[in-house]
Amino acid sequence: MKVSYYPGCSLEGTALDYAASIAGVTRFLELELAELEDWNCCGASAAHSINHHLALALPARNLALAEAAGCDVVVPCALCFNRLKAAEKALAGPEAARLQVTYQGNIKIWDLLDYLTQEPRLEKLLPKIAQPLTDLKAVGYYGCLVARPPAVTDKSDYENPQNLERLLEVLGATSLDWSFKTDCCGAGLAVARPDIIDTLVQRLYERALAAGAECFVVSCQMCQANLDLSQERISKKFGKDYHLPVFYFTELIALALGHPQVPLWLSKHLVDPRPLLQSKGLMAPQA
Amino acid sequence: MVEQLAEETHLGVSSCYQCKKCSSGCPLTFAMDLLPDQVIRLALLGQEERLLGSRTIWVCSACETCTTRCPNGIDIAGVMDWLKEEALRQGKTAAQPEVAAFHRFFLEGIRDNGGRLAESRLIRRFTLFRLWRRPDVGALLDNLKIGWQLWRRGRLRLGGPPALQGKVEIGRLFANSRLSTP
Repeated sequence: MKVSYYPGCSLEGTALDYAASIAGVTRFLELELAELEDWNCCGASAAHSINHHLALALPARNLALAEAAGCDVVVPCALCFNRLKAAEKALAGPEAARLQVTYQGNIKIWDLLDYLTQEPRLEKLLPKIAQPLTDLKAVGYYGCLVARPPAVTDKSDYENPQNLERLLEVLGATSLDWSFKTDCCGAGLAVARPDIIDTLVQRLYERALAAGAECFVVSCQMCQANLDLSQERISKKFGKDYHLPVFYFTELIALALGHPQVPLWLSKHLVDPRPLLQSKGLMAPQA
Repeated sequence: MVEQLAEETHLGVSSCYQCKKCSSGCPLTFAMDLLPDQVIRLALLGQEERLLGSRTIWVCSACETCTTRCPNGIDIAGVMDWLKEEALRQGKTAAQPEVAAFHRFFLEGIRDNGGRLAESRLIRRFTLFRLWRRPDVGALLDNLKIGWQLWRRGRLRLGGPPALQGKVEIGRLFANSRLSTP
């Protein structure tokens, strides 16, 4: 079944690798994601922080476009997903008149992780696995906004989601339990207050290591950037030598399915995940 | 203030019974001058000046943990947002000027690019702003290094996205928003 796809601004920019892995995985799984025509920025943290009107009006325009296109819409970015859901709720309430868009609420807004791991899609993945990710020890990291607040996201397992864990199990990897999977990494403050990020993200590194993890698996490009780009700086600041690759879940699906482009996507990360995969025999040594 | 909050935003704070669950679960208390439960309490007491001048409202990362867990259904993160907007509306100097500037540059970036954000332009503008306020060569070099690493990997686009067909419509949304640009 065809669905609309709302990539969001960073998938056209710093998260090009996430965008490429999504295109690769969905093509492999024969899912049709049609990019929503003329979509605009959802306004992100900036709009909801300082301009309530734009915080709803910007995503509301996208919902109107998506409904006119006639399909459910899939969103890979946790923040965009959250803002689109917030607009959906506002359009069903007293603020609708002020937003001046035509939207009946006849489409479903999916976050990409839910969409790709819904039943029975996850089971159907199993026979397609060319290379189980045996012995790869990972913690799933969901971040905040894909689940919270449930009144906006309509999620039921918002304190202890299990999608990533179930997925890792199907892919043959080892998913480790830890208590920080929905804790905030502070990505919205990464530019303006990097010192705050250092404290929040270092705590995540330490807790992941304590759980026995070798890497993170994420479904949000803001979390990915925040955990990946700041790792060198945080290592230096705390006198540690962290080396915790941060995978997108789509990259790990593609790796298990044997997609040939995986090494290319992974080469875009700052913390190079390839040595870890090579040590597990999951990737051919570099020539 | 309580009435204004309730009236303008349906954000009732009067049902708070100070259980402090919001502050217990908040990951950012180490950077705050008021705890989230104190923000709600001060709102109830009408202590507007202290709230609008606080650092807390700007370092709240809007992770929504407090809103999710409040046993009385108070949208605490929503109250933080309302206070930020109100502070700017009243022309107050934000207690975290860099955070406020980042948000403003972000929104102006969407408007000026015709509907989508150009990340690299936003970072450039913000970096110049910070350099002018507080020349810190170390931080600048750190940023340039990350920029270079992203550029080498093809993850930094210096140009912006194309303007949308709906550019005029987007412009109208901004015009109706009364975005304050000091």
